Amino acid sequence: MRPVVDRTSDLRRTDILLFCTLRNERIRLPWFLDFYRRIGVNHFFFVDNDSGDGGREYLAQQPDVSLWTTKASYARSRFGVDWLNLLLRRHAHGHWALTVDVDEFLVYPFSDTRPLRALTDWLDTCAIRSLGAMMVDMYPKGRIADARYAEGQDPLEIASWFDGGNYQISRNPDLRNLWIQGGPRARMFFADAPSKAPALNKVPLVKWHRNYAYVSSTHMLLPRGLNQVYDSGGGEKASGCLLHAKFIDTFEGKTAEESQRQQHYGREYAAYDTQPVLWTRWSEQYVNWRQLEMLGLMSKGNWA
Amino acid sequence: MTVGFIMLCHTAFDRAAQVARYWAEAGSPVVIHVDARVKAQPFARLKAQLADLGNVRFSDRFACEWGSWGLVAATLGAGALMLRDFAQVDHVFLASGACLPLRPVADLEAYLAARPGTDFIESVTTEDVGWTVGGLDRERFTLRFPFSWRSQRALFDGYVRLQRRAGFSRTIPAGVEPHLGSQWWCLTRGTLAAILNSPDRRVHDAYFRRVWIPDESYFQSLVRRYSGRIESRSLTLSKFDFQGKPHIFYDDHLGLLRRSDCLVARKIWPHANQLYKTFLAPDGKRVAAEPNPGRIDKLFSKAVDRRVNGRPGLYMQSRFPDREFENGRTAAPYSAFQGFADVFPEFEPWLGRMTGGRVHGHLFAPDRVHFAGGEAVFHGGLSDSAKLRDYNPRSFLTSLLWNARGERQCFQTGPGDNQALNEFMAGDVNAQISVISGAFALPLFHSGLPFAEVRKEVARLQKIEAAHLALLRASWVKARVRIWPLAEFLENPMDPLQTIVEEIAPRLRPRLADLPRMADFSGFGRFLQDLRNQGMQPTLMGDYPASDDFNPGRDRPFLVS
Repeated sequence: MRPVVDRTSDLRRTDILLFCTLRNERIRLPWFLDFYRRIGVNHFFFVDNDSGDGGREYLAQQPDVSLWTTKASYARSRFGVDWLNLLLRRHAHGHWALTVDVDEFLVYPFSDTRPLRALTDWLDTCAIRSLGAMMVDMYPKGRIADARYAEGQDPLEIASWFDGGNYQISRNPDLRNLWIQGGPRARMFFADAPSKAPALNKVPLVKWHRNYAYVSSTHMLLPRGLNQVYDSGGGEKASGCLLHAKFIDTFEGKTAEESQRQQHYGREYAAYDTQPVLWTRWSEQYVNWRQLEMLGLMSKGNWA
Repeated sequence: MTVGFIMLCHTAFDRAAQVARYWAEAGSPVVIHVDARVKAQPFARLKAQLADLGNVRFSDRFACEWGSWGLVAATLGAGALMLRDFAQVDHVFLASGACLPLRPVADLEAYLAARPGTDFIESVTTEDVGWTVGGLDRERFTLRFPFSWRSQRALFDGYVRLQRRAGFSRTIPAGVEPHLGSQWWCLTRGTLAAILNSPDRRVHDAYFRRVWIPDESYFQSLVRRYSGRIESRSLTLSKFDFQGKPHIFYDDHLGLLRRSDCLVARKIWPHANQLYKTFLAPDGKRVAAEPNPGRIDKLFSKAVDRRVNGRPGLYMQSRFPDREFENGRTAAPYSAFQGFADVFPEFEPWLGRMTGGRVHGHLFAPDRVHFAGGEAVFHGGLSDSAKLRDYNPRSFLTSLLWNARGERQCFQTGPGDNQALNEFMAGDVNAQISVISGAFALPLFHSGLPFAEVRKEVARLQKIEAAHLALLRASWVKARVRIWPLAEFLENPMDPLQTIVEEIAPRLRPRLADLPRMADFSGFGRFLQDLRNQGMQPTLMGDYPASDDFNPGRDRPFLVS
């Protein structure tokens, strides 16, 4: 992993940092940066995994981006976690750090009226070190390939539907995290092998300490107390959602590339050839965080 | 009438300066205390920001750790300075740097003038407070607390336990009756002066220095000694959550704060630009309304309730209750029917008509989930895949009930289905479980399968159902359970159905005029006898007559034409 642009000398003690690894996602970048700048991310850390689409050059020009690049295998770096852990350890100590993919958009309580700093200040006041935000897979109403995405567009405009209450939860006793599966992917691609359905639980926002580490993607962390983002006594802790805008037409290009690279094997890519429609008449169309809270996908906890 | 403000500040000095300027320019003297732990540079900056104001003073600085004596010492120092330098002040208002006036000073002054000689301070006897952190109320005044509650919790708790066991108790000084209350008060000059100049001041200070969280008890106790008239409430709108942390106000609370007609609120998020801009505007309108924080109280108490109790029946990423801590295992009442669809082939549509609820088939059938109407996907995106359902049956049922709350869910169960949730449902107060035991044999009787196979299957299902029934009769069961052996049910099917239907839809007042069409029972008695003859013992059906005739001499009452 070698630095392309290192602007970390600009960092202020209170900055909110975002960490992201990506490969060939040029078309998504303008909206992604725009979205997170608007809610108040101060500095972006990207690890570019050998993009060939100009994404690296685009990011290098952004004034609030520090950028590294690597040709190493994504799979062998445990899907980028090793790279990000290294950067987090080096740069995020004492900061609130948000770790997301380029197709994940964080929604948290009051995100339409309060910046991210309001949330992190409140978490600091309550001595809470980590915030859970489960992935909600978003999809278009018709075939995925027909959801044409244009650069700079809000992907949720076209992938605006989701499953409102189709999630399976169990507890992982080792790392104390909840293991959440379900949504359209479980229903469409894993109905005959539910245990293989992708995990949706994530802990993307953490007041970082140099001794912390993500274990597998951002699904769980060490030390394991950070995974206790749920209440087991009946109450609700505050939580958010990561709206996962994966299923748009750029998915098509990805499937070809991924099956070629054999890096991210998955039924979803295989099943893609069948031109699936994830939408059903019970699908919910995204409105705002209050809708997600009413559906019980996230909670305000005691933040009011 | 002049009010002087004491401001205790430790952070967000730009905001504190803004508020101090607002009050000072309205003619109210301000004494600012800055936590001694604040570095020289921000302190100097704050001083410089307010240097042009002749009625602003800075008092001697003390370190103000949470719950420490420093907060009281700071307040006493600032109070003395206020009384010394500003003879015109006749009320002193204690505020923090995170307070924001919601109404003009003139409103506050008019409010105080209308209630002359009144001290506004929450002051509650230790017996009557219900909100103390750490569960200590009276003991705050009688034990010693050399360890920090925040950073040395184990030592703190251990030392409290030790003192309790040893029967240790401090002596409370004569004349001091322990009271507790909000830290934020507004006292008359006379009362504050009496506390400051009390001949027992040294005794008071020495005693309260070692009381736990003295900023919630020093003035609150001593006003009982020196005040002529106490109005036991704070003029500062300040709400605490379940961990004793103050709730914070943001820009989106603007409307709520405005309508509250409260005089001062805390805490305000320092970046709430809109709130500061609005409430510190120079042309603030005067109103003569009584403060009415009811709506804000409700908002915050709802938040605490959500954090402590949560929404019943919801299982999600930040609420995953352990067993017995669910505060409601499921989201809404529901009904499980066993054997009814075997006795009445058209039971499902009939029940739907009678109750207006959603009536599913066998949700836990081995082949797939039989959602109402045969849908492949139901509410919330739940799939009819049996594998997905069986992967986590509890999530399946609780999600279904959560998703469809507002609509009564009814479904069929049977010994041929997945039995994984029997115990879960039996322990659920929301479950209405009705069983016609032994009815499962009827479809087998009609199946046309070879008798040997049927016999084996009846035996297998009977074993499963018997185990289920035993569970339903356990003492810990919370579900509304009704069980009829098949024969008993057939003797008089109308009453049980009426009871069940009424319970599901009490407001519809369903009157059963007639029963749904019944399955053909002719030959079933003989069939049961054949099973016995083959060495099998069908027990769950009750005393089913070999003749299929329950009331010899009459028409079969259970066959309604």
